[in-house]
Amino acid sequence: MVATVETAQQVQDFADEKYKYGFVTDIETESAPKGLNEDIIRFISAKKKEPEWMLESRLKAYRYWLTMPEPEWQKPNFQAIDYQDTYYFSAPKSMADGPKSLDEVDPELLRTYEKLGISLKEQERLAGVAVDVVFDSVSVATTFKAKLEEVGVIFCPISEAIERVPEMVQKYMGSVVPYTDNKHACLNAAVFTDGSFVYIPKGVKCPMELSTYFRINAENTGQFERTLIIADEGSYVSYLEGCTAPMRDENQLHAAVVELVTMDDAEIKYSTVQNWYPGDEEGRGGIYNFVTKRGACRGRNSKISWTQVETGSAITWKYPSCILQGDNSVGEFYSIAITNNLQQADTGTKMIHLGKNTTSRIISKGISAGRSDQTYRGLVRMGPKATGARNYTQCDSLLIGDSCGAHTVPYIESKNRDAIVEHEATTSKINEDQLFYLRQRGIDEEAAVALVVNGFCRDVLQQLPMEFAVEAQKLVGISLEGSVG
Amino acid sequence: MTQNVTPVEAFVADFEAVNGLLAGNDLPWLSSLRRSGIEQFSGQGLPHAKLEAWKYTRLRPLEDTSFRPVNDADGSAGVASIPAVLPSDSSHPRIVFVNGTLRLDLSWLDALPDGVSIESLGQVIASDPEWVGAHLGRIGRLDGQPLTALNTAMMNCGCVIRVRRGVVVEAPIEVIYVAGLTDSPVAYHPRNLIVMEENSQATIVKLHAGLGVGAYFANAVTEVEVGDGATLRHYRVQSENRESTHLANLNVRIGKDATYDGFGLHLGGRLSRTDVFARLEGEGGHCGLNGAYLMKGREHCDTTTVIEHHAAHTTCREIFKGILDDEARGVFQGKIIVHPGAQQIDGHQLSNALLLSDRAEMDAKPELEIYADDVKCSHGATTGKLDDTSLFYLRSRGIPEALARNLLIQSFLAEVIDEVKDEAVREALMDKVIHWLPAQCFLAEEWTK
Repeated sequence: MVATVETAQQVQDFADEKYKYGFVTDIETESAPKGLNEDIIRFISAKKKEPEWMLESRLKAYRYWLTMPEPEWQKPNFQAIDYQDTYYFSAPKSMADGPKSLDEVDPELLRTYEKLGISLKEQERLAGVAVDVVFDSVSVATTFKAKLEEVGVIFCPISEAIERVPEMVQKYMGSVVPYTDNKHACLNAAVFTDGSFVYIPKGVKCPMELSTYFRINAENTGQFERTLIIADEGSYVSYLEGCTAPMRDENQLHAAVVELVTMDDAEIKYSTVQNWYPGDEEGRGGIYNFVTKRGACRGRNSKISWTQVETGSAITWKYPSCILQGDNSVGEFYSIAITNNLQQADTGTKMIHLGKNTTSRIISKGISAGRSDQTYRGLVRMGPKATGARNYTQCDSLLIGDSCGAHTVPYIESKNRDAIVEHEATTSKINEDQLFYLRQRGIDEEAAVALVVNGFCRDVLQQLPMEFAVEAQKLVGISLEGSVG
Repeated sequence: MTQNVTPVEAFVADFEAVNGLLAGNDLPWLSSLRRSGIEQFSGQGLPHAKLEAWKYTRLRPLEDTSFRPVNDADGSAGVASIPAVLPSDSSHPRIVFVNGTLRLDLSWLDALPDGVSIESLGQVIASDPEWVGAHLGRIGRLDGQPLTALNTAMMNCGCVIRVRRGVVVEAPIEVIYVAGLTDSPVAYHPRNLIVMEENSQATIVKLHAGLGVGAYFANAVTEVEVGDGATLRHYRVQSENRESTHLANLNVRIGKDATYDGFGLHLGGRLSRTDVFARLEGEGGHCGLNGAYLMKGREHCDTTTVIEHHAAHTTCREIFKGILDDEARGVFQGKIIVHPGAQQIDGHQLSNALLLSDRAEMDAKPELEIYADDVKCSHGATTGKLDDTSLFYLRSRGIPEALARNLLIQSFLAEVIDEVKDEAVREALMDKVIHWLPAQCFLAEEWTK
């Protein structure tokens, strides 16, 4: 590759720089002892200089969490999580433990990024070794922050928001996902370490797309992050969450909570490209991605749109949902989930229609390859007052190889005769004719499969912001590597 | 029943009381089968809402009411006219049970074609215990199915139909269960066995009808073996009374190149639930599982089906349509499982429901669980109301609203009733549907006069 020389140089630069920033990081990664108890929670809270009410709410969640049984209804199988064997406050990969240079990074990982077309600088960042980029990112965000504050947008880490706008955090945090919701959300409420807070004031269209890249790098733990986005009347924001930070620890638990609130006429577009480390070919390691994402359309004519591309994680288990309270509010869910090797995914959405004339649309595309197992699980509920509400659901599954599984489990509950619910699902294997056509034209099998799958996912890819769409398209091809032939 | 006795304990006590009187209890295999049934039942208890498969249905009537086992006196109740699906002209074989007792005086079993036997469970246990021992309890599962387990413990009545190898039965066989008209709430547990031997063909029409207004509990289990190359058309009509609880468990095993074509029409019952488990075990097998449910008042109807493709080149087709009026609640849970290695599968599943009232409710959960790649499986589900545009179209042509609504409901259901291959049965089913529709308006034929 042409970039080799340049790469070597950058590696060198990086190695030099790493040293400099490694020192800074070391100071920050003073960690709590392993395990989970009230003292750890007090420690986290103290560490973040939180007010008393925050600590109280953490402890309340923790005490409730202790009484909650582990959920059992899900499809994925995994060993019971040992909650005492985890660090709840630390950079889980302290800089000293991370790969010291690109030479130490798994070459397969690097090849992946090369194919992604991500610049080396970015490669370093994605491999979790680039302290400079971490800092770069933060400063980038900070520059934007100033610009954002001109129009009144608050975009900051949630710990900062607790200090700056405590009344807002108190009012909205836990109002969409209460700590009693599920075991993992409850754990998050007790131990969350950071996350982003966004407030878009009345009538403001956020001048740029907000991204969480900075947060993941700055924190680098990213295990229990909490995101809260509030869009006030008539505002709009597009928010990107990139989880392209592979972590190579053994089955690490990632239990985040994302809450969105939209007021009258407001809109939030939330896009995720999730590419956590999926474990190796034998299914060793990888992230347990157990995330609770939910949005409440509180106001009239408000809209929440979720778009997700899920290619990573050993287990993905999440249902980005919309509670359509305001009349005429709109919920959307576009999803691509790709599983390969021994990955498992149980994902989908919930659309709870409460207000009049609320509409929702669900487009889900699942691709299973290798020995992976994938489930679409979705709930559409029409409340007794959801007169004129409408839902359309389409979920298609594609199977590549004869030892993978694809399952569709929709729940459709209607309590209103004036609500219309439509659900369609198909499961089939990759079209032989299309593959043959492409092969005939000299395209190799893997590229042909990637092309067909990209076509299959087109409806969803179109929903992504430009730069994400490009990345996602490439990810689709890469995730399926080795699944044919 | 005292306050302290749970429904499960009450059923177990009933079992201990009547155990010695049940048909064939001197046969060791049968008494141990019954014993294992009651043990499984008391171990598992009644299904509850925490179980994923019972998410939408609560067995409240079983908790609220105490049912006593049926006795001979209940069975000899006088019935003025027997409700039936097919014309009552004795042109086809039929077997009638009243409150679980075989009524030969009401049945027409004299001129059966060669190679066909239609008997009650008690008769077969007495006449051919070895054969029935080889087939009974072979398909119905006890683990995870407490109601099947309870039926297995209490089974005493039921219909056993055997069609010998290569025999084609032309006339439909009608099986009629009549319940109700008892002095206090009763429970009965019919156990049916249908064995279609290789390359045989038959049509069976089964009716569960309720008389009177008293509560009763029917807990039916049916085991069906469709042998290689055989064809069974199995049409079920359930029209229980408004206080009844009807729980049915249908287990079907479909052999190589065999066809099972099932249809269920559900017209009533305070609480009814049908669990269907169909297994396609040989290549070239086909399973059709269609049905319609029409509910009003505070009726609750649950249809839960599991179709398992164990062999390659098997197909299934499933269409369920529902009409829900007043405060009725409909539940459809359909699952198609394609097991590893079962390639070249074609599966299709559809659930449509119409809500006619603001307080009606529909819960659907169509599921696909697929472990093979060379398959074509799809499912669809819709819930909505009568189409305003169609209604307007009819009204603009001078058709009164009530009739227009009836016409639209009829055409909605006709799509699924058309799946019934037997013409006479198809017409009889449509007739039942028309009778269910609101009576205050006149029907299409009268209107055109």
